[in-house]
Amino acid sequence: MADLATFLAYPVSLLTIGGIYAVMCLGLNVQWGFTGLFNAGIAGFFAVGAYTSAILTTPAHPDYLGGFALPVPVGLVAAMLTSGVVAVFIGWLTLTLRSDYLAIATIGIAEILRLIVKNEDWLTNGPRGIPGIPRPFEGLSPFQNNLAFLLLVLAIVAVIYVAMQRGLNSPWGRVMRAIRENELSARAAGKNIMARRLEAFVLGSMIMGLGGALMAHSIRFIGPEATEPLLVTFLVWVMLIAGGSGNNRGAILGPMLIWAIWSLTELVTRQLPSDWALRSAYIRVFLIGLALQIILQRFSRGILAERPPEPVPLDDADREGPGKGGSVG
Amino acid sequence: MLEFVNFYLIPGIVLGSIYALGAIGVSLIFGILRFAHFAHGDMMTLGAYVALPLVVGLGFTVYAALPVAMAGVVLMAILIDRLFYRPLRDRPTIIVLVASFGVALMLRAAIQFAWGPHSHVYEKGFRKPIVVEGLRIAERHIWIVLLSVALVVALHLFLTRTKTGKAMRALSDDPDLARITGINTERIVAWTWVLGGGLAGAAGVFLGMDTQITTLIGWNMLLPVFAAAILGGIGKPYGAIAGGLVIGIAEELSAYPWIGTTPLLDPTYKSAVAFAIMVAMLLWRPSGLFKGRVY
Repeated sequence: MADLATFLAYPVSLLTIGGIYAVMCLGLNVQWGFTGLFNAGIAGFFAVGAYTSAILTTPAHPDYLGGFALPVPVGLVAAMLTSGVVAVFIGWLTLTLRSDYLAIATIGIAEILRLIVKNEDWLTNGPRGIPGIPRPFEGLSPFQNNLAFLLLVLAIVAVIYVAMQRGLNSPWGRVMRAIRENELSARAAGKNIMARRLEAFVLGSMIMGLGGALMAHSIRFIGPEATEPLLVTFLVWVMLIAGGSGNNRGAILGPMLIWAIWSLTELVTRQLPSDWALRSAYIRVFLIGLALQIILQRFSRGILAERPPEPVPLDDADREGPGKGGSVG
Repeated sequence: MLEFVNFYLIPGIVLGSIYALGAIGVSLIFGILRFAHFAHGDMMTLGAYVALPLVVGLGFTVYAALPVAMAGVVLMAILIDRLFYRPLRDRPTIIVLVASFGVALMLRAAIQFAWGPHSHVYEKGFRKPIVVEGLRIAERHIWIVLLSVALVVALHLFLTRTKTGKAMRALSDDPDLARITGINTERIVAWTWVLGGGLAGAAGVFLGMDTQITTLIGWNMLLPVFAAAILGGIGKPYGAIAGGLVIGIAEELSAYPWIGTTPLLDPTYKSAVAFAIMVAMLLWRPSGLFKGRVY
């Protein structure tokens, strides 16, 4: 049993982190894949979720806010709520404008959240971060706990996948795609563009917040490095675009694949002398950036291309057409 | 009063000049290529690092290294456009934005690979500022502002006196009309990168002169520079200058003890000022002060 545990430890952790990235990718897929909203501040929503759950579930500490010691599921739900509130604010400000403004506003809020995380010691313990974040299933042995946590992550991925798949194939999902493809004609068909966009943005951000919370519980620690735009925002973008934006299965496959490449190459570079280990970290970032360019130019549909929702019999479409969108504009 | 001018207003004008140089590029690129250029900050970083070996290694003065740094960034900008942005020209512009996000990290990774993660300075030691009747100005601050003004005047002459400059403004104002008058779009795009890249390179060198050079200096400029471009009105280079100055001065003045003796806003939250101004502008007047375009 012990041998099996050592043997499986790495794949289990690989799948767990990959699964958490899949949660974030599914969130980004609602925003970018379905609706065409560019979120450059994934790290911000990730941080809000991670710190919310960390603060609510850890025992009291003299240096920073805490001591609520609430159960982990409460932390996860609260993480989704706080990320959602931030998203409502940003979305309300920028969703009427072109997507570039949303990109700029999201990167702005992410930078400010990063400053808050770094500087507000009373809240987040500043650069030292919050240690000792509990995991669910604490009673089990370390390996069983890791396994149970993996199953929890995979279950969450599955639930989000099913929900998103249903959403995509529902009238709601079709309106989203319509807005992305041709905003004017969607508006002419009486769809409420602003409301649908806000829904997609808030929903996606809540899922990202959940991803952040899961990451905090997974590694039992959250510090300001975790909000570094590179490791969160950029990696999630590459994962989704590689997997196939607009395709929920792609939003799961992409992160699993890219995370496997990312951490296996780290295993290799860690063997190098320390000077070269540091340098090869930069080469890895450069290559991931280059991979993104190649995918954008040559394989823009990703590994799993987006598939249009299943066609709806005509009379069905008629019935739900006019009623769905609500008031114009 | 003198303390206010010396430690808040003057640094604000210096910072504002640097922001303005970056914001002009962002605004021009947005106006002509229609996307928010996320790699602009890292192009500034590149400018600072191109000058670094010339100053530290070969003993150039910073001012002699400045044109080299600008030229280096121009070449890199044109190369990046050819390799990564041009192939995406007929795709939705948001795709180019995604590509520029990737370029930003590639640039930073390349700089970190070549120069390492440590911070650098052009000139070690402390130079005495010039003091006139209690007014203290560091020599480098005078140069930063003067050279920025010179660059802006040169830009103004280019945009108003040359055929290329006029074509550039025409393309920004009305692309379809500009095209049917026979303007060669790709040539104008290349010139956009010459101007945007050159100014970004200069801004990076000035930033390096003012503080220290790290691989994140440019990235941290991105938010205030975008805020300045939006404040001035997208596609309006003169608006970007005003926007840059307003944001720079507002950021520095936010740390002045307006009420009581403590800074009004902790200096670590300077970039929140830029964000707040940007948000207010987006709500109140998205076209910016100079009636730019809302996309």
